[in-house]
Amino acid sequence: MPDVIGAKPRPSQEQAPPPTDPVETGPLPSGAADPEASSPGAATPLPEASRYRPVNPLWELTLARIREFVREPEAVFWVFVFPVLLAIALGIAFRDTGPQKVQVAVEAGGPRGLGSGSGRLMEWLEGRPDIEVLLLSPEEAARALRTGRVSLVLQRDQSEALATGNPEAGETVSALPALPELGSEGLVYRYDPTRPDSRVARLVVDDALQRGMGREDVARVRDEAVAQPGARYIDFLIPGLVGLNLMGSGMWGLGFAVVQARTRKLLKLLAATPMRRTHFLLSFMLSRLIFLALEVVAVIGFGWIAFGVSVHGSILDLGVISLVGSMSFAGLGLLVAARPRTIEGVSGLMNLVMLPMWLLSGTFFAAGRFPEFWQPVIQALPLTALNDALRANINEGLPLASSLPDVLVMAAWGSVSFLLALRWFRWQ
Amino acid sequence: MPVTASSQPANSSGEVALSCASLVKRYGEVVAVAGIDLEVRMGECFGLLGPNGAGKTTTVEIFEGLTIPDSGRVEVLGQGWGEGDDRSLRERLAVQLQETQFAERLTVVETIAMFRSLYRRGWDPDEVIRLVELEEKRDARVGKLSGGQKQRLAIACALVTAPEVLFLDEPTTGLDPQAKLKLWDLIEKFRSRGGTILLTTHYMEEAARLCDRVAIMDHGKVIALDTPNALVESLGADQIVELSLEGFVGNERFSRLPGVRGVRSRNGNYLLTVSSVAEALPALLAEVEIQGARLVGMTTHTATLEDVFVNLTGRKLRDA
Repeated sequence: MPDVIGAKPRPSQEQAPPPTDPVETGPLPSGAADPEASSPGAATPLPEASRYRPVNPLWELTLARIREFVREPEAVFWVFVFPVLLAIALGIAFRDTGPQKVQVAVEAGGPRGLGSGSGRLMEWLEGRPDIEVLLLSPEEAARALRTGRVSLVLQRDQSEALATGNPEAGETVSALPALPELGSEGLVYRYDPTRPDSRVARLVVDDALQRGMGREDVARVRDEAVAQPGARYIDFLIPGLVGLNLMGSGMWGLGFAVVQARTRKLLKLLAATPMRRTHFLLSFMLSRLIFLALEVVAVIGFGWIAFGVSVHGSILDLGVISLVGSMSFAGLGLLVAARPRTIEGVSGLMNLVMLPMWLLSGTFFAAGRFPEFWQPVIQALPLTALNDALRANINEGLPLASSLPDVLVMAAWGSVSFLLALRWFRWQ
Repeated sequence: MPVTASSQPANSSGEVALSCASLVKRYGEVVAVAGIDLEVRMGECFGLLGPNGAGKTTTVEIFEGLTIPDSGRVEVLGQGWGEGDDRSLRERLAVQLQETQFAERLTVVETIAMFRSLYRRGWDPDEVIRLVELEEKRDARVGKLSGGQKQRLAIACALVTAPEVLFLDEPTTGLDPQAKLKLWDLIEKFRSRGGTILLTTHYMEEAARLCDRVAIMDHGKVIALDTPNALVESLGADQIVELSLEGFVGNERFSRLPGVRGVRSRNGNYLLTVSSVAEALPALLAEVEIQGARLVGMTTHTATLEDVFVNLTGRKLRDA
């Protein structure tokens, strides 16, 4: 019998191992239980087990990422449950309950209270379906206005403001012609004009009182109410939540996993293997694809079932937009995690990168509200691009071509940050 | 029989697996490696023995291609790092690092399979699991393993790639004696099939048992290099007598006695290398008596690599 192991422990592969040969050549002492049964490198029939075909390294690395993620309950919560909870909370806060009533307080008692003179005035206000009136003491009224419980407080005017037209400091004062009930005195609307709800309240209350006193409309007008899904706040919100979720899970998911592997010296060990570095980083991006679909479906499905938010555009286009957006944040996540050695370090960087986008990228309110000269920066952010593209698809039903600039912005962020991450990645 | 020859490793072939010359590595002010020359032959188990901070890990990581030396020349299987195809060179090596913690949520077999997939050739993960005796833990999460089991997993991840050269950095540090024995057994099996090993350790028993040759390192330098036996023999003594005394006795009083080859002392503790305890002891005790000192404690043992280190540096391995 030829002596294979001893005579030539490292066969001819020593110089150049054939790339496709799955047969082992190294001096591994296989078959501990029965050393004769399987001699590595033997020309005799190979042990059955060595017919094992290894899978592609990229797939195996990706699989490891996915397994690690799904076996971490906290991560699953943040990715799937949290955005749904957020949608529930915001959906309830901004639910449709018909036209909203303006909340108004009438001050009773105190030097500026309306007292007995308020009888007819209260009648006029309560007679309107769009006004809710509260009769409050001066202290209560001040507090209610401060905390936003009411939008406006009605008081008796005791100052000379009516005569002089000189409003009290810090207050906006308006006056009515004297009511018979009030003698010669007028009324004060006390409100903050920078609050939209207060300005509406002022208009509505003033209208009610003026009409009560007999004002006639001059022009003939007719209201036509429009209330179809697609224009509500929740319709605006759901695509934003999808975008926000793709950013958060992409960046946190990858950032933490990378830095944890670094602190555990797993990256260093991998750097000592023939693993291709692009494979390693790509495995992180690919693992995101698996969750991407689930994340998008979770939030959109919830919005549809709970609030009737429907997708007006093509589902395929929506898939493409989500995919590009997700890859963009996966790249950014890898870049942020490329250098830090500690979880604390990467957390700080993550927040630094994500916080501006939380605020500026139009998740909870339109990005257009920010000043004009910020817009070039805001529009260049990947989350703005993703949110805009998602809304164009979900709310407006526009084709993908109309969101091409947004898709290009996201693709640029993804590929540039991936390449930079590859270049700057710290393995030790 | 195919196996018989495996007991005689191929280290007689004289082929060089690893070599380095005038290796220097500094970290800021600290000189981790201060000019080292080594040559490890194919099929050899070569040990770097020394205290913590002696430069062992840095030396190994330079060989592994993880650390770039400031100066000096390194060759691994006849190739320098960055001079050829590094990736195909890495195909032939496997590494176990001192502080690696594997992903806790993957199972044993998943972890091994992942490492296997990174190499073009290698073994069936299940076969390696059998070899390292982790069959029962095959589908257990890595986070649930004991220290010894984790260390065997690390070895399994290295062995599954069928390496020609295996780098082990303090493979048994922190393990209990039983786990240590199991690991030694594994390393011996790999070597007995012709594998080349470079291992670092600060356990002299480990170096003595596993290594064909040992380089004793201290302060970034190799201070002795030979087979474990030859190193011990270089003391010129088989036995070590340790005395604790109350009262001062000059070293020269002891060194004149018959059979005593060398004396070192520190704070009333004396370390004597003797060729024969039976010959030296009566005279020794008599000398203590004559000098008016009092014997507080005494032990004797066969000389080891530890004694070689003490003899060379005046310090013990552990507290150096």
